[in-house]
Amino acid sequence: MKTVDIIFYCIAAFVLTTGLLAVTTRKIFRSAIWLLFCLMGIAALYFWMNANFIAAIQIAVYVGGIVVLIIFSIFLTQQAGNQMPKPNGLRIAAASAASLIGFGLIFQLFKKHTFQTTGNNFDIDIATIGKQLLSIEADGYALPFEVISILLLAAMVGCIVIAMKPKTEV
Amino acid sequence: MTVGLTHIIVLSTALFFIGMFGLFTRRNMITMLMSIELLLNSVNINFVAFNKYLYPAKMDGVFFSVFIITVAAAEAAVAIAIIINLYRTHKSIDVDDVADLKQ
Repeated sequence: MKTVDIIFYCIAAFVLTTGLLAVTTRKIFRSAIWLLFCLMGIAALYFWMNANFIAAIQIAVYVGGIVVLIIFSIFLTQQAGNQMPKPNGLRIAAASAASLIGFGLIFQLFKKHTFQTTGNNFDIDIATIGKQLLSIEADGYALPFEVISILLLAAMVGCIVIAMKPKTEV
Repeated sequence: MTVGLTHIIVLSTALFFIGMFGLFTRRNMITMLMSIELLLNSVNINFVAFNKYLYPAKMDGVFFSVFIITVAAAEAAVAIAIIINLYRTHKSIDVDDVADLKQ
């Protein structure tokens, strides 16, 4: 087994373990920290796949943005040290059965199917990404970029309006 | 056997079903939001992996990942604003306590 493969297996084990802990631990603050480690592991996987730009975005947006937002909202809404109530057994059994059966079915599908992979190198620099993202040619992404900008702006304005304290009636 | 596309897809499938398990078992809104983040991340891994192994000359998978990450950030921000507003009126963020529309 080559070193590259060993690194992949380490990353995969790390991501799956921390992801499983994030959805099963009963202390909500620990759950957020496990999610943070899981997202870092996914960023490592992007580095492993040579997709440096996506890995950088993953760390900046998810680890630096969303997890911090989640931790703040935990502090604003509940006691972080308290244990959450245990979900009932039937629900756990049904959820794990659904997940395992779904995983099994899709795994069977992958075992049968072989992908026609090309041996070419996947090595893109950030300048090329930036040029294609803002290009208005046939394969450019200028229109989705603008649409996503407006969506983000609308979401931010909406957040402020939703979370604003209502004015007290006189 | 050298690690290829199938290994990465199996990893992302496992992560997807871990997130689905969390979404089904958790009753707290913030933890459900965390499970949704796991689901979105597993989809992102798929996009980048298919881009790398099947179409290495193109970059469409990378762009889809960027757009998904942006939408996920907007979605998380709106969801947390709703959760905080809900906590202000109901003093709870458990989905079973918020059933006003059910009656």
